[in-house]
Amino acid sequence: MSTLAADERPRPTAPAPAAPERPPARRRPGSRLALRNTLIGWSFILPNFLGFAVLTLVPVVTLFYVSFTDWNVFGVATWVGLDNVTRLVGDASFHRALLNTLYYAGVHIPLTLAASLGLALLLNRKMRGVAFFRTVAFFPYITSVVAIAVVWNMLFSPEFGPINQLLRAIGLADPPGWTTSSTWAMPAIILVSVWREMGYYMLLLLAGLQTVPAQLYEAARMDGANAWQRFLNVTLPGLRPTMFFVTVMLTIQSFKVFDLILVMTNGGPGQSTLVLSQYIFQKGFVENQFGYASTISVALFLLCISITVVQFLVNMRRDA
Amino acid sequence: MATLDTASPAAAPVPATIADDPRPPRPDAQRLTVGRALGYLVMLVAAAAILLPFVWMVISSLKTNNQVFTVPVQWIPDPVVWQNYLDIWSRSQMTTWLKNTLILSVAVTSLQVITGSFAAYGFSKVRFKGRDALFLLYIGTIAVPWQSYMIPQFIMLSELGLSNTLWAIIALQTFSAFGVFLMKQFFETVPEELSEAARIDGLSEYGIWRRIMMPLSVPAIASLTLLTFVNTWNDYLGPLIYLRSPELWTIQIGLKTFISQYNAEHALIMTGSVLSVLPIAIVFLLGQRYFVQGIATTGLKG
Repeated sequence: MSTLAADERPRPTAPAPAAPERPPARRRPGSRLALRNTLIGWSFILPNFLGFAVLTLVPVVTLFYVSFTDWNVFGVATWVGLDNVTRLVGDASFHRALLNTLYYAGVHIPLTLAASLGLALLLNRKMRGVAFFRTVAFFPYITSVVAIAVVWNMLFSPEFGPINQLLRAIGLADPPGWTTSSTWAMPAIILVSVWREMGYYMLLLLAGLQTVPAQLYEAARMDGANAWQRFLNVTLPGLRPTMFFVTVMLTIQSFKVFDLILVMTNGGPGQSTLVLSQYIFQKGFVENQFGYASTISVALFLLCISITVVQFLVNMRRDA
Repeated sequence: MATLDTASPAAAPVPATIADDPRPPRPDAQRLTVGRALGYLVMLVAAAAILLPFVWMVISSLKTNNQVFTVPVQWIPDPVVWQNYLDIWSRSQMTTWLKNTLILSVAVTSLQVITGSFAAYGFSKVRFKGRDALFLLYIGTIAVPWQSYMIPQFIMLSELGLSNTLWAIIALQTFSAFGVFLMKQFFETVPEELSEAARIDGLSEYGIWRRIMMPLSVPAIASLTLLTFVNTWNDYLGPLIYLRSPELWTIQIGLKTFISQYNAEHALIMTGSVLSVLPIAIVFLLGQRYFVQGIATTGLKG
């Protein structure tokens, strides 16, 4: 993706006119300059990089090692080879967590995309007060998960909660039990997460809408295209790079979903909302099975990476 | 109130301008008014629906406990009970939680801004071999969920003796790829001529970072500060895993424990929730244009 690639502008670092590349003839001074620049560059990067390497890179690499061990609380690691993988393949709870994660992602991603695109289109207009509505739509995203989860749990309360009161008022005699029902707990969580995240993706899409050239709309209008046709043939194609970025981010977010579920249902009732991240947490930090928890982590890691790679490949093919 | 349509000076994956639609108004004025009224109606309904949970939270915090769940819903508390806002301080460790959260948020934010912008200068203004590959490594980890490496990270920090200390959270939150990415995006919009002139005047690279880049980057620093602050304040998982002693708990952990302890005290729980959201709401309303710029510049949040 072009936006993530490093900027390739020539950036002279010595008091010399901007030359695209150093001439190969002057080898000695060039390499000394290169060494100096390397030292200076690393001295800037090092304070952050040390922390980044120790806290992110090392754990990611260690993860694969730990996943092949039986690592207990006392820090004694025993190599068990593929035992953990065999166990994972036959683990019914893991299957459940994987399916629930896919369920969550499969419903959450399209719903959030639709909701945030709808909001972005609605709020991308010249009207007084639009900025206020953008603020409102974004607000749920910056509030803490705990507060959000607890208030929605109360709203979803089956007997006296406002949501079921409303459903009864419009004639639904037997409204769902939401977080107390194994069928409805996941829809309840998805509803809350869409509500929470749509404002954030709306901001990204709004920024993307600004990149669609106004002349294209003019031209389409001259050709007699109606609003729907303009949306299909101008807005959507123009929005594609943003849509791609949003989908990638949204997918990663969905596969690692955790804290909202942990506070709202704690995976329940039963295992009806147990997701991969939570299963890792449970095996690792509740049952102290670090080795096996790491094996589940590797599964989550590979899932996220492969889906991201597939998305990039599909996007490249469509660009070609 | 400040508005969300601001033009970001930063080079962005998507241009950060959330300005209004540049299309000229339709000639058909009649249709325009109807459309406009309809637009407002839809926006009002949407805004009300989005804000409703927060409204419910605030009104419930002002009720007595058995007024919270009534049929039908009582939308205006009668009487208005301020007592909850006094009781919560004595019935919970709210002061400790807020203090810890504030310490963490301030420490993480300052370290993140300093090390992040420092590294960003190396990535954007100094040219050396391997730089771009290193930067890709940073960016690549954004696709790796923290949940997948939290176990080895925990093992490691425990070995270092940092588990159950505030240092663990500081270490966890400070060195994010996000801060480096945001500052780099901004630094690259600053014209190279400025640094050139400074070099000719004899300023070192460190001097340029401190005297030229940082003063010019106030908007980007503001974005990074606010996003990091809010992120650290709201973090639930990090403190959940690392902070076991109650005297180290942050507001999120404290609130969650409080909820499980007093699960029938609905009004008091809502009071705690309001108090945990309030500082963030204030920070957000004061600096919302920086939030929007930060997100539009990077496409990420923390």
